[in-house]
Amino acid sequence: MTAKRFVTDVAIVGGGIVGSSAALALRRMGLKVVLLERDLCGSRSSGVNYGGVRRQGRPLSQLPLAQRAHEIWGRLPELIGTDGEYERSGHFKIARSAADMVSLERYRAMSEGFDLDLELITGERLRALCPWLGAKAVGGSLCPADGQANPRLVSPAFARAAERAGAVLLERTPVDEVIGDRNGFTLRSRNSAGNTLEVQAPLLLNCAGAWAGQLAAQFGEPVPMRSGHPAMAVTEPLPHFMDWSLGVEGGGIYCRQVARGNLVLGGGSGLALDADRARSDREAITVLAGQAIELIPALRGAQLIRTWSGTEGYLPDREPVLGCSRTMPGLIHGFGFAGAGFQVGPAVGEVLAELARDGRSSTPIDAFGIERFAVPPTSPTAPMASAPAAIPEFSHR
Amino acid sequence: MGSRRPLLVRLAETDRASVAFTLDGEPATALEGDTVLTAVLTQHGRLLRNEFSHAPRAGFCLMGACQDCWIATADGERLRACATVIAPGMTLLSGGEGA
Amino acid sequence: MTPPVIVGAGPAGVRAAQALVAHGLRPVLIDEAPRAGGQVYRRPPAHFRRTAAALYGTEATRATALHAAADALADHVDHRPDSLVWNAQGGALDVLRGGRIERVPYQGLVVATGATDRVLPVPGWTLPGAFTLGGAQVALKFQGCAIGERVVLMGSGPLLYLVAYQYAKAGARVAAVLDSARLADQVAALPLMLTQPSTLMKGAWYVAWLRAHGVPIVRAARPLQIVGGERVEGVRFEHGGHTRTIDCDAVGMGHALRSETQLADLLGCHFDFDELQRAHLPQRDAAGRSSVPGLYLAGDGAGILGADAAEWAGERAALALLEDRGVAVDADRARALERRLAGIRPFRRGLERAFPFPTDWAARADDELVVCRCENISAGQLRATVRETGADDINRLKALSRVGMGRCQGRMCGVAATELLAHACGRTVREVGRLRGQAPIKPVPLSALSASSALREPEATA
Repeated sequence: MTAKRFVTDVAIVGGGIVGSSAALALRRMGLKVVLLERDLCGSRSSGVNYGGVRRQGRPLSQLPLAQRAHEIWGRLPELIGTDGEYERSGHFKIARSAADMVSLERYRAMSEGFDLDLELITGERLRALCPWLGAKAVGGSLCPADGQANPRLVSPAFARAAERAGAVLLERTPVDEVIGDRNGFTLRSRNSAGNTLEVQAPLLLNCAGAWAGQLAAQFGEPVPMRSGHPAMAVTEPLPHFMDWSLGVEGGGIYCRQVARGNLVLGGGSGLALDADRARSDREAITVLAGQAIELIPALRGAQLIRTWSGTEGYLPDREPVLGCSRTMPGLIHGFGFAGAGFQVGPAVGEVLAELARDGRSSTPIDAFGIERFAVPPTSPTAPMASAPAAIPEFSHR
Repeated sequence: MGSRRPLLVRLAETDRASVAFTLDGEPATALEGDTVLTAVLTQHGRLLRNEFSHAPRAGFCLMGACQDCWIATADGERLRACATVIAPGMTLLSGGEGA
Repeated sequence: MTPPVIVGAGPAGVRAAQALVAHGLRPVLIDEAPRAGGQVYRRPPAHFRRTAAALYGTEATRATALHAAADALADHVDHRPDSLVWNAQGGALDVLRGGRIERVPYQGLVVATGATDRVLPVPGWTLPGAFTLGGAQVALKFQGCAIGERVVLMGSGPLLYLVAYQYAKAGARVAAVLDSARLADQVAALPLMLTQPSTLMKGAWYVAWLRAHGVPIVRAARPLQIVGGERVEGVRFEHGGHTRTIDCDAVGMGHALRSETQLADLLGCHFDFDELQRAHLPQRDAAGRSSVPGLYLAGDGAGILGADAAEWAGERAALALLEDRGVAVDADRARALERRLAGIRPFRRGLERAFPFPTDWAARADDELVVCRCENISAGQLRATVRETGADDINRLKALSRVGMGRCQGRMCGVAATELLAHACGRTVREVGRLRGQAPIKPVPLSALSASSALREPEATA
């Protein structure tokens, strides 16, 4: 059993797309980084999500972050050495009623200043552009430069790029203990080989995804985070017919066709097996299948060949926690992306790096402050924001 | 031309009623109790083309594991050839990709 | 009262059903095939004419007995043929039958899902005319066909000689048997194989018969390529330092068997690595109890022990299910079955020594070799992925390279991909792990799934 010690500028807990892109950004700033990931980088929500790279539909508060990310996505090969199958093939949010169209129009107006170039499409133009769309779709909103990528490739690629840039990546290294005081942070771990290691740094980024609440709570900032488990499925390869990634206004299914022809479907909830793992659920699969056929009737003849789920962190307002800790100097949070962290992930990494180096970021992030969950001093038992009674629906894509 | 020659050779059980179907638009006969795979490969050398290599495929495991025998029909359906019994009037296509 | 359920109506499943029925239970017996018998005792369609002797040769007695047992059960079990178990959760199985989905709850579950051929790809293995050894056998047994006019059978294992014998006996032209094992391997294995003398004699007899009938047997043969443009035209192989090509129009290939463990995996069974079988297998005790209470494993689906062992294990697992329910069973019988099961293990080790797994396969595989035939992924692509990403886990390799993401869900490519990964990243086959099971266990049509949801929520698809 060997003991190892790292002294560094910034320690990062969590090797998903958020932690990995932060590590890369910090290295590009010349700061030293050690990242600890208890499994393999990009193996959790960052690696098993739907793969939508989407700005449309996000709350306005997230659009500056999403716009920053959009520019990064445009430079992906130069930044991480692979395109990760990223395509700006368009994101189309479907309306099934006149009321839905009104909602989409309202969003288009609201998001005017953010270069989403949204186009509302109905009637004959809709049928001409998507003859494969089922009858319930009356129209939709197209964001032509939104798109899709392969999360299984992209997220680990950020980690590998960070490593090539000089970040120390410690995979299969769960963090067993974190100590923080005015001298900084000490993280201790015994990894799968039985070796103990210690990482010391004045700054600590909490990028532990669905599991970040524990670290926040340890430093006096508990957050009402719940785990969500999206139901995901993929079909066999089919002849290519659809470029756009589809979502539905008001919730339900989301679906895209990858270049090789498989359709990726998502919606509903899977089942948690334990705190760390989830699997697909029969009810969710059957509902997803029905929704898929309703959305695209030609899918009736297709076969599902794989289903899965994952674990994502949800806060009650479905906004992330992103910003400096209010209780512990040197601690910076970036978690709770409510299943919508893939597109913004690369920008979140840059923001975290800015917060580490400068104490502030050029991107507006006030809406994501952890203080919104702070317990007011006069009522020690009641949290500021209350947690929802049920697991959130995956309705926003 | 390789695909015109049959692959499978009948050694036994040849005294069975015949079943008429079409293969690539042409009339064909099989024997009652043949799987679709047997029906096709006793007169033809291919069930489908792989959608990535475009190379011809003609099944592999014959026991429902390899999934490399999905043959297309003219109605736009697909059948797992090794596990489906040939029925009269089936319209099979051996050039489908995937199928 | 929810009945016990048995998945698989091969030798293990049938004997399990028989034992449960004998104790007054009425199990559900779910099987993918139209008729009970599994693969080794697969029955042709009912109106076919060949006798059991013609179909099963030396195994005719066992086959007939098993079929008789299955037929006698007809009125006493809820037999669901042509049915695929595609998912398991919450004490119920999800079954696809006739294009529709049914949910089958269970109280006690015996998983007897059997095995398929273990495949090590050879260049040209995707050509029309190349089949597994098991597939070649199914063509003959189930359909009365040979896979070609001039057949080469290759790989290793007892099945290689059995199929060659069955083919030649049925009148097919076997151009050659190419065994990767050396005669020295088979000689070295004799002491262990002598623990099952009648089985050993049968094997020796097949070899002698083949020789006497002019079928060339080449040992220490290493296939290099299945040659052909649109279909199989020959096999090029290396033997004794020389390369030869044999003309043929069909190839049957395989290196022993691999267990179908996906259902056990979905049900949460604990797996261990079996060095002899070079595979992760669900843990089972001497009686067939898995790590999950109420779940029993029998037959080749949890480790390859052969057809006889499958029958014993099926019966023993059923007795364990009964014992665990507080039903009195014949303890002597239970112990006798366990002794038999323990007793064949030396023979199984002998088989592995006689027909050793070619551990140099990965090192010798060309970059151009297609490993994943569904997705057309080559050995070179896998090696490049390992080099570029440092992948050292099979699920990670699948995520990054797509190997195992096709319709066969890793059945045909999983062993090869694991061997290549271990070799490329410098870990053992055990260390690189196993492909995790996910529902559906086999592809399921969206139409069948959605019809199921429509039955429960009519408004959703209005």
